[in-house]
Formats: sequence, C-alpha cells, structure tokens
Amino acid sequence: MNDILLTTKSLSKVYEMGDIRVHALRHIDLEVIKGDFIAIMGASGSGKTTFMNLLGCLDKASSGEYILDGISVHDMDDEKLTQIRNQKIGYVFQSFYLLPRTTAIENVELPLLYCKKCSLHERHQRAMDALKTVGIEDRAKHFPNQLSGGQQQRVAIARAIVNNPSFILADEPTGNLDTRTSIEVMAVLQELHAQGKTVIMVTHEPDIAQYAHRHITFRDGKLIRDKENSSPKDAKTDLANLPKISEEEDE
Amino acid sequence: MSILGIVRIAMKSLLRNKTRTFLTMLGIIIGVAAVITMLAIGQGAKQIVEDQVNSMGTNVVMVSSNFSRSNVRQAAGEGNLLTIGDVNAIKNELDGVLYASPVYNSWGQLKFEGNNWRGSIMGVDSDYFFIREMDVSQGELFYSSDVENATKVCVIGKTVADNLFPDTNPIGKIMRIRNIPFTIRGVLVPKGQNVMGRDQDDIVVAPYTTVYQRLLGRHWRMMSIIVSAQSRDYIHILQQDILNLLQNRHPGTTAEEFIVNSQTELAETASRVSDTMTILLASIAGISLLVGGIGIMNIMLVSVTERVKEIGIRRAVGAGKRDVLLQFIIEAVAISLIGGLIGIALGVGAARLVGNAMNWSIAVTLWSVLLSVGFSMAIGIFFGWYPARKAANQNLIDALRYE
Repeated sequence: MNDILLTTKSLSKVYEMGDIRVHALRHIDLEVIKGDFIAIMGASGSGKTTFMNLLGCLDKASSGEYILDGISVHDMDDEKLTQIRNQKIGYVFQSFYLLPRTTAIENVELPLLYCKKCSLHERHQRAMDALKTVGIEDRAKHFPNQLSGGQQQRVAIARAIVNNPSFILADEPTGNLDTRTSIEVMAVLQELHAQGKTVIMVTHEPDIAQYAHRHITFRDGKLIRDKENSSPKDAKTDLANLPKISEEEDE
Repeated sequence: MSILGIVRIAMKSLLRNKTRTFLTMLGIIIGVAAVITMLAIGQGAKQIVEDQVNSMGTNVVMVSSNFSRSNVRQAAGEGNLLTIGDVNAIKNELDGVLYASPVYNSWGQLKFEGNNWRGSIMGVDSDYFFIREMDVSQGELFYSSDVENATKVCVIGKTVADNLFPDTNPIGKIMRIRNIPFTIRGVLVPKGQNVMGRDQDDIVVAPYTTVYQRLLGRHWRMMSIIVSAQSRDYIHILQQDILNLLQNRHPGTTAEEFIVNSQTELAETASRVSDTMTILLASIAGISLLVGGIGIMNIMLVSVTERVKEIGIRRAVGAGKRDVLLQFIIEAVAISLIGGLIGIALGVGAARLVGNAMNWSIAVTLWSVLLSVGFSMAIGIFFGWYPARKAANQNLIDALRYE
C-alpha cells in the first residue's frame, strides 16, 4: 500500500549493563498507516518507551529494520538522523521539555531554526500558525514558567507540528497533567488527527488510550496485542460533559 | 544551518540568561583585571627602582683614592693622590669620555638671616651638572667662567631652599656657608631620594675652585673625580683605562690604591633586584592566572553541565551536533571576549587608580594584556567547548533525561 508511514521488522533493543544483557524489545513487527492515531500501552518496563525512542530516532535499534517513509533508518549516520528528527517527527514529551526563559513562540520556532531556508518572517508566521492550531496564540510572548501545565503541553505540541512532520510522537503527553487538562490535550491531538496528522502516543492510562483509534500493547519487551479501537471517545464531548470548575486552571 | 543563524541563537541564549552570562563573564573579568593590575603595579615598582638608579647617571664612573689601601690607616687628605691634573688627563687623553669633574665633598653650617641648616656642600666643575643631568627649576646654574674665577656662587637643592628660605625667593640672596657669603644662583630640580634613601635635594653645589680655596682646610682636601662616558657600553673599558692612566701618572702606585667605581655596577645590582621583582611578578601573575583560570573553568563546566538537557532538547528537535557545539563555542567566545575587554578596562582603571594613589608611573604592558586575555579566553573557550562536546556526543535519551 502506498500510504504506509512506517514499518518495523523484527526490531530489537538490547541494553548491556556489564555482564547482564537486558532485552528491552524483542522482535517487534509493526506497520503504521498514514493518518492513524495509535496508543502504545503497557506497564512500566514493558518496552513501550524504548520502542517510542526507536520510532523517534532518538535511539538506535540493536537489530531489525525500521523503514520510515520508505527509507531505512537503520544505517543512517548522525547527520541524516538529525534531519529526520527535524523534518519528519514531531515530539511531545511528558515533561514538555520547553527551553526555560524562552517565550512560547521562540520555543515553537526552535525546529525551524535548524532547518535550511526559512526566513525570519516565515518562521514567525509558521510558529504563530502552529500556536493558533493548538489554540494558545494569545500566550505567544509568555515564558514557560508563566504557563500552566496544559498550556505548556500545547506549546510543546505546537513545536511538534510547526515543521509539518510525517507524524507526531507523544510520550505520555498527559502524564504530568490533571484529568481536565489531559482531556484538553487529547482534544488537541484528536483535532490534529482529524486534520490528517498521524499520531503515535505512548500512555499507560487506559482512559487516555480510549481517545486513540488503535491500541498496541507491550509486555516484557514484546508486542502482545494490536487491535482497532472501533469506538474511540471524543475528547471534545467529554470536555463538555465534565463538571465546569473554572475556565482555565491557571495558577 | 548557517553560521550567522547559530550566532543569532547563541546571542539570544546569552541575553536570555543574563545572570548566568554575567557570572560566567565575571570569572574572566576578574582573572584578566587581576593579572593586568598586578603586573602593572609590579612594573610600576620596578620602574621606580630603575628610574632612581638612572637618576644617579648610569654612564658615570667615580674615581677616588683608596684610603685603607695599606695596613696603616692614614689621615684623610694625606692619602689623597688625585689632582686636578688627573681630571684634565682623563678628560683629554682618554677615548669615550664625555665630561669629567673633580668633586670636593664637605659639609657645614648654612645660614640665611635667622635660619640655619646643616648641609652637604659639593665643589664641582660646571660640567658636573651635565654628568648628573641636573638642571635648575628656578634661576640658573653656574658656568665655567665662575669656576675659573672662583666666584662665590652656588646652586641649592630643594630641601635646602625649603629650610633656609621658607617664605622668600632664594635667587640672588646671599647665604653664608661657614660664614663665607655665597650668592645663590639657582634652585635645582628635585631628584628625591636615591636608592640608598639619601635625600638628593639636601645639597649645595658650588665651583670647586671656590670650595677648595674658601671652605676646605689644608688637610681636608679629599677629592674624587666623576667621569661620564659617551655610552654605557664603554664603561668597563673606560674604568680600566682610567686605572691605567692614574697608575702611569702616579708612578709607584698599584691598582689597589685607586677606587674606580661605575654606576653600572649599581645599575647591574639594581637590575638584579628588578629581575628578582620580575620573577616575583611572574609568580603573582602565574598564580592570578591559575586562580582566575580555575574560576573560569568551574563556571564554564557548571553552566554547560546545567544545560545538558537543553542540548538534548535542541538535538531532539533537529539540531545537529555541529550546530549545538558551534552555539556553545560562540557563546564561550563571546563571553570570553566581552569579559576580556571589560577585564582590560577594569585592570587598566585599577592600575591607574593605584598609580595615582601611590604617585607611581604605572605601566600597563601589552604583553600582560595579551597574556591574561589569551589565557582566560583559551580556558573559557576550552571549558565551554569540552563539556558541550561531551553532552552533544552523549546518548540523546540520556541528555534529555539529565537532571
């Protein structure tokens, strides 16, 4: 099929700590279609984060193959991997990883700084558009410590989408957030998915996984379950049904 | 990624973290300023010593009789061998002699109206002023005609002028030296203390003919000769020539009966002293540099280590290793450069301040500036680059998780 985003074939990761070999991942075969919304689940130590790091080209597999957009990533040198990270993948981390003392818009501009041919004006414009997409353009000039957790995660999502990547990779995006802001963030991710973006999300919370369209479960470094979620929840509806406390949980 | 873009990132990063930037810079500023100030003060002190020696005339040879040449000590004056003929011979027969003058040393009561002062009196030829590079601040010197005619004139040093003429202009006044009236021609430019701590301004200078005839007792005609060479390089040859000449002119004498001293010996001693001071200075500079360098190293290491996570984030969103490294190097260069410049300004300022306070001529040397700035920058850049390189080469996940 033409719309395959990525394929892994027998992808494995072994950590060697002295004499002990830890098999974090054992022979994972997976195919992801463009436009999917996947939740990778599993208990801690199941290998889901390791798998995500491999998909995100943050780490290298010990063996196996990883084909992203038709290109094998396995043999790439550092420079090429950097390019892939910059242009094909948008990261959302559990603890946001925004640069401190740097305004929201400057944080969003960050990936654009490291890609070629992007004028100052265009950079600003694209960063602003990304902030608008996640609905936080009015906080563009705020510093991360002036933003709530939910707002910080939105800035991080804006940074992830600013370079128009092939897919968004979210590692426990709601791990540091309360229920309401978690659902808000899920609404943003669902909105992006609705616009045609591929989203791969790691989470250990079954509630959060319910917003995804496909569930992949890891245990002990193995992929044990891969099933469609025939009836994903809609975050916007849930949000409307939540008892209203206040507009926004600013500090 | 273009260099210009990275420069922009680096500058933004520096401006964003003003406190960190300033603290890092402070290490360099203090290191550079300390070294420059220390070396400038040391150089100033060294200069003072050298100037004092030079003020005595470094191309000068002093000739006198050796009174303790035999086991039998003789009455002063009786052992005196030197004559005015010797002075003329030195002046006319030897090569490389610029001036030569007899020197009669005496001392006595000086009196002007109600004021008294006990001062040292020198009888010299008018050439003496050229040998010692003396000049008057008021009035004028005496001349060879005064020497020929044994005129009763003199010039006085500032200390004498201050004590005898506290309220009046001494020029043209008649002062009594051991009750003999002398007209004061001029007041000498102050020279301050010499290296031995003697006040060089507590002095009365008069024609030697006058001093010889009027002031010296018959048995107290102790004369020495002061000679100036055309160049400092001739001094050693000249000393030997003078010794040979004197032995020829005084048959039956040996070399031991004359003392031929040059100021170069003093100058050499002083330059040994100043060499010692140079070593002292170098040690001070070395320690300052070391301490400053360790300070810079620490703050650089800490500030880069603190930013490992930032390096991780930048790498994760697509910054290459080269981009990150370049950014950190540019930051380190900028900090070192600006810190170095501020350090120079501060160091020169502090040196000037000390110089004014101590009334020293403080000399900030180019090499001290280059040394301190070069060393600080090298350390700053190395310890900005090295940990950044380590962080950039580190596993990305580890860098991201770094706390």
